[in-house]
Amino acid sequence: MSRNLVTATINGDEVEFSCSTGQTLLEVLRGELYLTGTKNGCGSGDCGACTVFLNGRPVNACLVLGVEVGGANIETIEGMAKDDQLHPLQQKFLDHAALQCGFCTPGILNMAKALLEKNPDPSESEVRFGLAGNLCRCTGYDKIIRAVLDAAAEMRASGS
Amino acid sequence: MADLRYESPETIEAAVALLAGEGRTARVFAGGTDLIVQMNEGLVEPSLLVDIKKIAETRRIIIEPDQIRIGAAVTGAELGENQQLQAMWPGVVEAVELIGSAQVQGRATLGGNLCNASPAADSVPAMMAAGARVVIAGPAGTRETPIGEIPTGPGRTSLAPGEFVVAFLLPKPPARSGDAYLRFIPRTEMDIAVVGAGISIVLNSDGTCAAARMVLGAVAPTARLVEAAPEILVGNRLDEPVLQALAGAARATCSPINDKRGTIEFRTQVAGVLACRVAKIAWQRAEKN
Repeated sequence: MSRNLVTATINGDEVEFSCSTGQTLLEVLRGELYLTGTKNGCGSGDCGACTVFLNGRPVNACLVLGVEVGGANIETIEGMAKDDQLHPLQQKFLDHAALQCGFCTPGILNMAKALLEKNPDPSESEVRFGLAGNLCRCTGYDKIIRAVLDAAAEMRASGS
Repeated sequence: MADLRYESPETIEAAVALLAGEGRTARVFAGGTDLIVQMNEGLVEPSLLVDIKKIAETRRIIIEPDQIRIGAAVTGAELGENQQLQAMWPGVVEAVELIGSAQVQGRATLGGNLCNASPAADSVPAMMAAGARVVIAGPAGTRETPIGEIPTGPGRTSLAPGEFVVAFLLPKPPARSGDAYLRFIPRTEMDIAVVGAGISIVLNSDGTCAAARMVLGAVAPTARLVEAAPEILVGNRLDEPVLQALAGAARATCSPINDKRGTIEFRTQVAGVLACRVAKIAWQRAEKN
């Protein structure tokens, strides 16, 4: 197999890794870099559990190749909290118990963050559509939606 | 699995040389939202991926004096954020934005949606209705062709080895024109069209139709032009007999398959319903332009 040496910025740190051409960014994050917060759900872009930011846009890491992210800026769930300070979305997910098994949570947090960056004051319907690419197998959607709306309100109030 | 290599050329010429040199086992790689899944499932086993995203011409949207040039590797999210394009061809933009989730939109490209050659590709009926042409680069140079000439059947295109789609050309819409795209899916998001319908129309100053093009998706091996639509619509208003004739023409255009998403009878019925609905939307848009 051809190996490729790739350098990218991940959660603010410059990281060098080696990958085969067919290896996805998801496989690189979990298997090569041990950033296992990004979850492997369906592997086909349907469930959103592997949602990360690639150059500022939310993408499914299972539908990105490691070899193509040279020079890119990647943010994973491990970069969401700043030291001990949880992101408002993370705190609201705890407050609202917006997780059951937690497997979908990293992807939903990242997608919700992307949604609020684009639309700081979404309606409930806009949140539901915005998170349509994220499946929660425990079906805890209502608490997730409430947590996102509450986090949005707090972020607007604090100007963050 | 055979050894898989990756190249990301920065010029059209370099990409053509790589594709032509490798032959049929080379695959153009852009958003990867179809190709990576197909590779993982073992449906395709390419020997070389040619990533076209570093070629400037594939990544730009340029509003030229008499046309709009959209790079083949422009993503759905980027198209949706372009307000000029949204104003000129809202039906094209709404079709592209129906493809996948927000995450998929950040990667999926217009060129990929065409060249994956799914009969249910949402952008293709809308682009065909809009009169889009494609710019193709290949070993013999660059050529242009109507978008409808590219897909030849499920998963198959008319592109020759070494050729790839560089960009799409959309005409500037004339005054009093409008376009629209609708699809039927059993849910509200994250699904594949059971039927898709795109239309573009131009109105005369008296409110009658001056020109029309309607295209259906997911009801035949490729997106299909409703050939009788112009003669039904041109010179007329969108009254009930005209709508009924349009629905009939749309149904007569269908030759769908039975599959888990819909039966032949259901798809044919829905095609007529969508034809009427999408015509009404385009009409309203044209009356405002």
